[in-house]
Amino acid sequence: MKNVLIVGATSAIAISCARIWASEKASFFLIGRDPSKLQQTADDLKVLGATAVHTCILDLNDFNQHEEALDECFSLMDTVDITLIAHGTLPDQSECERDVAVALHEFSSNGLSVISLLTLLANRMVMQASGTIAVISSVAGDRGRPSNYLYGTAKAAVSVFCEGLRARLFKSGVHVLTIKPGFVDTPMTKGLSLPGLLVVSPEKIAQCINKGITKKSNTIYAPGFWFFIMMIIKTIPEFIFKKMNL
Amino acid sequence: MVDTLSSWGRYPAFPQTPHFTHWRGDLSDDLSDLASSYGSTLPYGQGRSYGDSCFAKTDHVLQTAYLNRFISFNRETGVIVAESGVTLEQVLSLVIPCGWFLPVTPGTKFVSLGGAIANDVHGKNHHVRGTFGRHVLSFNIVRSDGQKITCSLQENSELFSATIGGLGLTGVIESVELQLIPISSSKIDSSTIRFGSLNEFFSLSDEFDSKNEYSVAWVDCHVKGSSTGRGVYMTGNHSDSGDLTVNVKRKMSVPFTFPFSAINKMSLPLLNSGYYHLHKAKPQQAVINYEPFFYPLDRIEHWNRAYGRAGFQQYQCVIPENNAESAMHELLAAIASTGSGSFLAVMKRCGDIVSPGMISFPMPGLSLALDFPQSSSLNSTLFPRFDTIVREAGGRLYPAKDAHMSGEDFRTFYPDWKKVEKLRDPALCSRFWQRVIS
Ligand SMILES: Cc1cc2nc3c(=O)[nH]c(=O)nc-3n(C[C@H](O)[C@H](O)[C@H](O)COP(=O)(O)OP(=O)(O)OC[C@H]3O[C@@H](n4cnc5c(N)ncnc54)[C@H](O)[C@@H]3O)c2cc1C
Ligand SMILES: NC(=O)c1ccc[n+]([C@@H]2O[C@H](COP(=O)([O-])OP(=O)(O)OC[C@H]3O[C@@H](n4cnc5c(N)ncnc54)[C@H](OP(=O)(O)O)[C@@H]3O)[C@@H](O)[C@H]2O)c1
Repeated sequence: MKNVLIVGATSAIAISCARIWASEKASFFLIGRDPSKLQQTADDLKVLGATAVHTCILDLNDFNQHEEALDECFSLMDTVDITLIAHGTLPDQSECERDVAVALHEFSSNGLSVISLLTLLANRMVMQASGTIAVISSVAGDRGRPSNYLYGTAKAAVSVFCEGLRARLFKSGVHVLTIKPGFVDTPMTKGLSLPGLLVVSPEKIAQCINKGITKKSNTIYAPGFWFFIMMIIKTIPEFIFKKMNL
Repeated sequence: MVDTLSSWGRYPAFPQTPHFTHWRGDLSDDLSDLASSYGSTLPYGQGRSYGDSCFAKTDHVLQTAYLNRFISFNRETGVIVAESGVTLEQVLSLVIPCGWFLPVTPGTKFVSLGGAIANDVHGKNHHVRGTFGRHVLSFNIVRSDGQKITCSLQENSELFSATIGGLGLTGVIESVELQLIPISSSKIDSSTIRFGSLNEFFSLSDEFDSKNEYSVAWVDCHVKGSSTGRGVYMTGNHSDSGDLTVNVKRKMSVPFTFPFSAINKMSLPLLNSGYYHLHKAKPQQAVINYEPFFYPLDRIEHWNRAYGRAGFQQYQCVIPENNAESAMHELLAAIASTGSGSFLAVMKRCGDIVSPGMISFPMPGLSLALDFPQSSSLNSTLFPRFDTIVREAGGRLYPAKDAHMSGEDFRTFYPDWKKVEKLRDPALCSRFWQRVIS
């Protein structure tokens, strides 16, 4: 039976993944900041078959607490088979342009907190010499767009960090998976007007993630068609790209 | 952000803009936000209602699809508590392996618990278990004034009764506590037998309904004269032994909406007659999976698209016992004479178990459900003819399937509508309600 650590466990995408593993009787250590949502998530996973569900309330911008939370997790579980890092926010880009404090805070939520966690986590995973660290980045990290480049910057940092970490941990038997979802219908995108055809459910992303973990993929686009979309977007020369209103 | 929603019949065409709620704690705010932005809204489950009862008056619905978490499940007592957007399919996948089953199920598993309550749905076991609402132990409902109210037969019983079959008007159901029934196997012992006339159907039903958990009949509505009302009578019971497995079949799908209806005057008589002759005159016994027994149509995703862009309407009525046979004759004769009519007209004898719901559809008697490809003559000629027969026989129509019922008829069929109207949340109103109340 799998032991699973989820950071940002009340994310819709994370919950959909957790439901798959709960039906396979996994045990969970869930980290999130909202006690009520965390409890609701834990109840659901227990009903669906989870062997055990531990919860840990933590605002991930509180870096000082990261170590303690991971200590607790690793004291409860002798090995962690899957870690999923799923927390994130979708910043208001125009606010980030007006207010440095907001910009840095959002960069912290989406970038620094992940770097802090992964650094601490990597060392523990190396000690157990097994398991997968799955990190949700985004297609937004592949290219800087005027409408959300603060978010994109943080995700780009996460993607590159994961790439380096993957190469470092490879030799010790720990796998790192980078997940780049496109548009997903979750609370994060609530109220946004997105192109309906490209929006998928969190369940669909969860299937992609689960497959990526099983197959030990390195970087996956979720769903896979985003690979082609981003391939095209990445090849647009800068002098054209900067004139496009994306 | 996602595409607009329709109802299952895709008629009438009032595209609904969905507004999703993701967490129980957000329900109250989401409801008041929608009310202040648009005036009013309506909860929307899986849109498996046929007509306009799941359409908000404002065409902005509060979608419960993501309120789909389980809260608890007692494997010893079979009591399950879940959010209202949980579907019957989700429930079955969880509970069957533990030896439990839904106490009542409609002909599709793709409906939400909230929707099953709001239409107080019935199934093939109405004669022994009554409606879905009878098995609901309690629910929490959120109202636009910010109140969250727990309702059961004991607590806030008036709101409980108004909400069961209450068409989503009395508040948004947040979570549901449901009593399941125990099963020893996921298989069904089924038996089918052909009948040559309505009269024969009634004798079969009189003799066998009470001995079986499930019973239903299909009628060929394309024959006239002495064979009027010929069809196939089916019964079923949960098998005593066998395994407890969830059926997961690969689904087929109708990939796009047909430009015109594939179900039409040419194809229907063939389909009907073919189905009739597929079954033997002698009783046939078989042990089958629960899926094909309860949900034959669920295998074909989006089957409603086969009815073409114009969509289709279902006509479902129930006729009280005393007048059932004569009225059913008249209805079938009316259908056969127009040559339109339905593939798989479904007949079900409803029992006398009373529902807690104030305006629930079933009554002791015979229910008939028919599908018709949409055409303007339905509302102008055919349905008014049927309505007269139903009205005179003291029967009524099912709001969950309705896109045509007159306000006068509704108010006569459901005199307790006034009580529901009094308890209606001012922030909730459907196109159906607006149509039949004013
Ligand atoms: C193939 C097929 C077979 C069917 N067979 C049967 C049958 O045998 N017997 C039967 O009775 N019905 C049957 N139906 C009808 C279906 O069961 C009902 O229409 C059911 O209510 C649909 O549920 P839904 O989740 O799709 O709700 P929707 O259609 O989305 O909504 C139905 C009503 O429920 C309300 N509602 C939804 N969620 C909530 C909530 N959280 N709180 C308050 N109100 C809510 C809506 O406002 C609306 O009034 C069938 C439908 C199909 C497509
Ligand atoms: N949705 C998309 O279209 C999309 C596309 C690409 C990538 N992604 C990425 O996918 C991941 C999951 O997002 P989602 O779509 O599932 O949205 P979501 O449901 O809104 O999940 C985001 C989660 O992150 C949590 N969170 C944010 N900041 C936190 C903090 N400081 N401390 C603790 N928890 C924090 C939120 O907690 P609260 O619930 O308490 O706020 C929430 O549970 C994110 O990394 C996101 O960037 C999403």
